[in-house]
Amino acid sequence: MTLTSDAVTVRLQDRTLVDRASLTLDPGEMVALLGPNGAGKTTLLRALCGLLPHAGSVRWQGAALPIHDRKQRAKLMVYLPQGHVAHWPISVRDAVAIGRFPHASTLSRLSPTDHAAIDQALAATDAMQLADRDITTLSGGERARVLLARALAVDAPVLLADEPIAALDPVHQLAMANVLRELARSGRAVLAVVHDLAIASRFADRVIIMSDGVLVGDGPPADVLSDETLARVFGVSVKRLRDGDRDVVIAWEAMPATASTQID
Amino acid sequence: MLRDGTTWPGRLLIPGLCIVIAGLSVASLQLGSVTLPSGVVLRALFGLGDAADVVIVQELRLPRTLLAILIGATLGLAGAALQGLLRNPLAAPSVFGAPSAAALGAVIAIVTGLANALSFMLPVAAIAGALLSVGVLFGLAGFGGNILTLLLAGLALSSLASAGVSLALNLAPNPFAALEIAFWLLGSLEDRSFRHIVLAAPFMAFAWIILLANRNVLTVLTLGEDVAATSGVNLPRLRLATMAGVAAGVGSAVAVSGVIGFVGLMTPHLVRPLVGHDPARVHVPAMLAGAALLLAADALARIIPASSEIRIGVLTSIVGVPFFIWLVVQRRRRDLLQAVD
Repeated sequence: MTLTSDAVTVRLQDRTLVDRASLTLDPGEMVALLGPNGAGKTTLLRALCGLLPHAGSVRWQGAALPIHDRKQRAKLMVYLPQGHVAHWPISVRDAVAIGRFPHASTLSRLSPTDHAAIDQALAATDAMQLADRDITTLSGGERARVLLARALAVDAPVLLADEPIAALDPVHQLAMANVLRELARSGRAVLAVVHDLAIASRFADRVIIMSDGVLVGDGPPADVLSDETLARVFGVSVKRLRDGDRDVVIAWEAMPATASTQID
Repeated sequence: MLRDGTTWPGRLLIPGLCIVIAGLSVASLQLGSVTLPSGVVLRALFGLGDAADVVIVQELRLPRTLLAILIGATLGLAGAALQGLLRNPLAAPSVFGAPSAAALGAVIAIVTGLANALSFMLPVAAIAGALLSVGVLFGLAGFGGNILTLLLAGLALSSLASAGVSLALNLAPNPFAALEIAFWLLGSLEDRSFRHIVLAAPFMAFAWIILLANRNVLTVLTLGEDVAATSGVNLPRLRLATMAGVAAGVGSAVAVSGVIGFVGLMTPHLVRPLVGHDPARVHVPAMLAGAALLLAADALARIIPASSEIRIGVLTSIVGVPFFIWLVVQRRRRDLLQAVD
């Protein structure tokens, strides 16, 4: 049940946005993908879930992912994009039901299994009381939860989430991080783009660092989030807060720009 | 669609619209140079009663009534499909230049005299124009291109087709030809026969089948193209199918009736709140509402006293433009609210 990315490369004209990214995602793992803005994190996620043409291969349990059977692929991997768009004022329950599209032949006749998955997803994200609301009238935090519920309703073994925690207040950041970790505990593989070093170091089992399209670090937070790496990749100094057996890393101060961290 | 408990207006929507269409159809058959009582019309429909009445109802008025239903339904469906695909309530078939291109095709047929020599060339040229515009559109924007690119390409094509129509008017060989084109462009269902129905029906049937078959996936697009694509929706195929369906439907509609604007824009809005705003559930009610709207507009065109019959395309625009402005204002208000949020 492992997702493997082997030298995935995405080029746009003469620019290489993602350069030979190789990684594995195992069930039960909550992996945080870190990197400065423009490092290629979103591009890598989009390539992994088949939205972008790329070189290299993405395999599931050693076999190439189905390219032509889109629904089959959708059942394996769910993508939670940034931005939280909802174009029509449909009800929250209808929005979450969209997660059942890869399973159902049509959304107009959902099976009891589908309804159970929808209820479970609403419960897991604490969105049950929103079920009959119009999705366009929700606050940012509520909408983020509902769209995560849509992703959970797919019940796929792999979740690729692009900044699921961005733009949320502290309570919802923690709640969202908890839901993602619970999801991993229940046997899914979760890869989430995260900007907050504290959240990543606290909640992730593994951290992958991306810089200029290249994966420059991959391992447990304690190993990867070294002062030296954080200074080189992000240009920040950090403070550490000991919590049980973990160090929670807090970005503390921007370092003077050097050759490797210049702002372009 | 997804909810079990649809509100009562939602449940009554389709039967209600069917009753409205039936009523308007009878009214439409009653109207003309001789106003017939509804009882006479109903008997004449089944070939009973006075022979003259039977001829008037069955051969002169029935094609017009049927065309109003078919064209209204096709335009409403095309609007619902496009608004669903683009997730934009301001989208309409005209945005992609299909009606203008169809009009250009028809005008070329009129100017070159083809339409006079072979009457079926008029609809054929219009449909060819609409299909060609869709082909060029995808040539310009690409099958995987984003919606904004498609819209801009559509705008360019629409302007080009309008310029072509103006050029034809400009170069018209005589004032009568220019007048014929100008009046045809205004849109009308006057003096249409079963021949027009036979010419348009296959293309409309194609449009109905393809647009209705693709309606369910539109719900998934509510959450954006990335969610749809990663949920198993074949977006390039959906775009191609929708554009082909809209081109065939709008092309054949323009071919028999001239340009009748705003029906495709308005009808989805009239029914959307009643179906929970689900873009997949808008199609059938939008077809029925489009048919009712066009029947009413066509009846109105015949009732309004004027020196010559008011053209139906003029009527729908007079009603449609304020509606469009109202939509824009609504949208602005909503955007302001969201900006505050």
